[in-house]
Amino acid sequence: MSFGDYMLFIIGAILVNNILLAKFLGNCPFLGVSRRMDTATGMSMAVIFVLTMAGMITWLVQYYILVPLDIEYLQTIAFILVIAALVQLVEIVMAKSLPALYRALGIFLPLITTNCAVLGVAIINIQAEYDFFDTLLFSFSSAVGYSLALILFAGIRERFAMARIPKVFQGTAIGLVTAGFMALAFSGFAGLVGH
Amino acid sequence: MLFETLAIGGLGLASALGLGLAAKAFAVEVDPLVAAVEEALPGANCGGCGYAGCASAALAIASGKAPANICVGGGAEIHVAVAAVMGVEATYREPDLSQVDCSYGTDTAQLKYQYDGVRDCRAAVLLAGGPKVCEIGCLGLGSCVKVCPFGAIQIGPDHLPKVDPLLCTGCGNCVRICPKNIIHLTSVTRRILGFNAKYNCLAPCQATCPAQIDIPSYIKAIGEGRYAEAVTIIKEHNPFPLVCGRVCPHPCESQCRRGLIAEPVNINHLKRFAADYEMHSGQRIQPFCLPKNGRKVAIVGGGPSGLTCAYYLARLGYSPTVFEAQPKLGGMLRYGIPEYRLPKKTLDWEIQGILDLGCEAKTNMVMGRDFTLESLRKEGFEAIFMGVGCWNSRDMRVEGEDLQGVLPGTNMLIDRGNLKETPVGERVVIIGGGNTAMDCARTCWRLGAKEVTLLYRRSRAEMPANDIEVIEAEHEGIKFQFLAAPTRLIGENGKLTGLEYIKMELGEPDASGRRRPVPVEGSETIIPVDNVIAAIGQYPDLSCLEAGAAGQELKLTKWDTIAAEIDAGSTNIPGVFAGGDTVTGAATAVEAIGAGRRAARSIHHFLSGEEFAAPGDWVHSVKELPQIKDIPEAVPVGERVKMPELSVAQRALNFNEVELGLTEEMARAETQRCLQCGLYCYRHTGMTGKA
Repeated sequence: MSFGDYMLFIIGAILVNNILLAKFLGNCPFLGVSRRMDTATGMSMAVIFVLTMAGMITWLVQYYILVPLDIEYLQTIAFILVIAALVQLVEIVMAKSLPALYRALGIFLPLITTNCAVLGVAIINIQAEYDFFDTLLFSFSSAVGYSLALILFAGIRERFAMARIPKVFQGTAIGLVTAGFMALAFSGFAGLVGH
Repeated sequence: MLFETLAIGGLGLASALGLGLAAKAFAVEVDPLVAAVEEALPGANCGGCGYAGCASAALAIASGKAPANICVGGGAEIHVAVAAVMGVEATYREPDLSQVDCSYGTDTAQLKYQYDGVRDCRAAVLLAGGPKVCEIGCLGLGSCVKVCPFGAIQIGPDHLPKVDPLLCTGCGNCVRICPKNIIHLTSVTRRILGFNAKYNCLAPCQATCPAQIDIPSYIKAIGEGRYAEAVTIIKEHNPFPLVCGRVCPHPCESQCRRGLIAEPVNINHLKRFAADYEMHSGQRIQPFCLPKNGRKVAIVGGGPSGLTCAYYLARLGYSPTVFEAQPKLGGMLRYGIPEYRLPKKTLDWEIQGILDLGCEAKTNMVMGRDFTLESLRKEGFEAIFMGVGCWNSRDMRVEGEDLQGVLPGTNMLIDRGNLKETPVGERVVIIGGGNTAMDCARTCWRLGAKEVTLLYRRSRAEMPANDIEVIEAEHEGIKFQFLAAPTRLIGENGKLTGLEYIKMELGEPDASGRRRPVPVEGSETIIPVDNVIAAIGQYPDLSCLEAGAAGQELKLTKWDTIAAEIDAGSTNIPGVFAGGDTVTGAATAVEAIGAGRRAARSIHHFLSGEEFAAPGDWVHSVKELPQIKDIPEAVPVGERVKMPELSVAQRALNFNEVELGLTEEMARAETQRCLQCGLYCYRHTGMTGKA
């Protein structure tokens, strides 16, 4: 692939195939931690970090364990196991060696263990038959797309306090409506990459 | 099947092994001390201590960066528990309280935010054109209620946040969230040490009061029947509500905004009403005191300034000892104000309340004779307050002043204070136009003098005495001879028989702004008298400091007062402070009370090793505040209440208190006349709510 292809690949992963708003993965933290901007940014950082790591590790597990042993159909359960262990490992290592980052990410690291966006990206990597470098790039770009959507959404939700919201829509309801509009807006990016 | 199980099991095992190894290799030593401290903390994560949460606070405490009593979320038991973990002694931490400083709820707000959707005060403020400090009143959306981790705030019936002092921990979340700046953290210490500043929302009355009492608040409390609370509010700034309610010349009332369109609110008699309520209930309402810290401060002079200083020092945890030269405490309140204005029983009750807070009193102790500044220091007093008052009367400087029958004004009042007989003749002339002159004249009338004449060298308009005193004196039949000054006292066999005076006329204004009296040549007149009382001014009796009697040289001014900084009360000797009449010259009780609190503040800072000079943002005069000259649409309510008093016939030949006190109905009605002013705000007709 040329440099331009890589750019298209990255932009496609961030905007066109946004993991949140096009593939609808990872919706629970999207609604859960988007009430305040600072939690949203904390979560975004954690997702970028873990997703990139998880994408690489699961790729290795797929091609060096599952394929040689001919047990690809155990992919989901194996990936869940590996991701959970990975997140724990990252937490342990980070607590020791990067205490500042550890405190900054805080509660969000373990939250990601159960984030379907991570598993989703790992499985897409395999299904799309990416090589290792593509996997790395796609995982990272997807995580950036996730963060973009989450931070935009948190920015909108913070302004809810000032808006005249009818009583029945207050709370999660207006959140879901807004998420829907954002998804519609992001679907406009479909024409950006001309495939 | 077995193979797959083994494969997944192996993967799991490998992960677990990796995790185990990592846990071993990257084990973070959790300090057991931190864990134990965190265990002892309440876990409310309120952030009131200034750390991000209880875990961070625990780390700070364990590493010695924060004291064991830093937690505001829990009470003293948490401090004790943390201190026990840390192995240090649990020190007392004064709790902070949230206080709502504004008296305007949503029902009186000029801007109303009632449409659906806006559920946050900060958002509401942003919508209405950016943050603002005061557009009258609370927004009432209750962001402070939501943010309080302890459930201590409710929106009260007056549409203002009401803080439950029992639940409030002073974490400050409400203060940080309130966009109108109407909630502040306070504590007893801060309220004692705090003085009117430019950033406070001050009513003109409060800005004028030398003691800086929060007048609108106590009037509001009386209006709502919360009399005990009114007493507490007054005692925050004035330990003498009974005394001041009777004798204060109430400069506050002259600045009352109600006075712009009608007669001012009868502020002082409302204060007396609240104070009388406390006395008549028989139950003392004592203010909160910090635990004793055992540090000793000497107070020289048991008058209003000295006792006030002692009162605040006792509340701040010090152990003040009052040294009084007279047999009883009270200073000029006892020895200058006659019984019919301030009954001694009432004064005694008030003074006892102050002593009950932990002040020691030593009477018949004369400075220079029984002790000196140096001996006090040797006895372990770390600071000394000088509030010795103005006890010397100025002479008339006329011929014949040594005749029998000529009395200095204060002497008679001092003798009466000591319950001595003070016989007077039938014809008495009082010289002077101040309150002391009025007190002497009215006292002589009560003692049976048939003809009491008051000689004053200027006219009625220039008299410094309170209006009410002059009016009452007139009612009692005191004769006034204005524009007259004594020139000669005439006697026979050493006994006074007559007084010669000269008529005066008013010339150019002098330095004090009053027109200077000029004698009219050849207008001398002689009148027969039995007694002449000179009440033409007082100055401090500083014989106690003479010739090293005090041990150290205290700097004086050319007017024979102690040279002290007015705001801080500091003198040329470090650790010696002064205030009241002895610094300002003869003035009012309420000014002495203000000086006493200022000195207590300085002494507290001095003993804590802190800077005690007055900060530059203090308000010294109501003129520094925005001047409101016009109050359109002010709520119109009734006539100023009149104090019921004894008829003139009932007053003759006795010293019964003349003013009888307001009834509850009168007081409640009078509170409705209060405009509940702030810096700019006051109650309008457009406001629906009742302040």
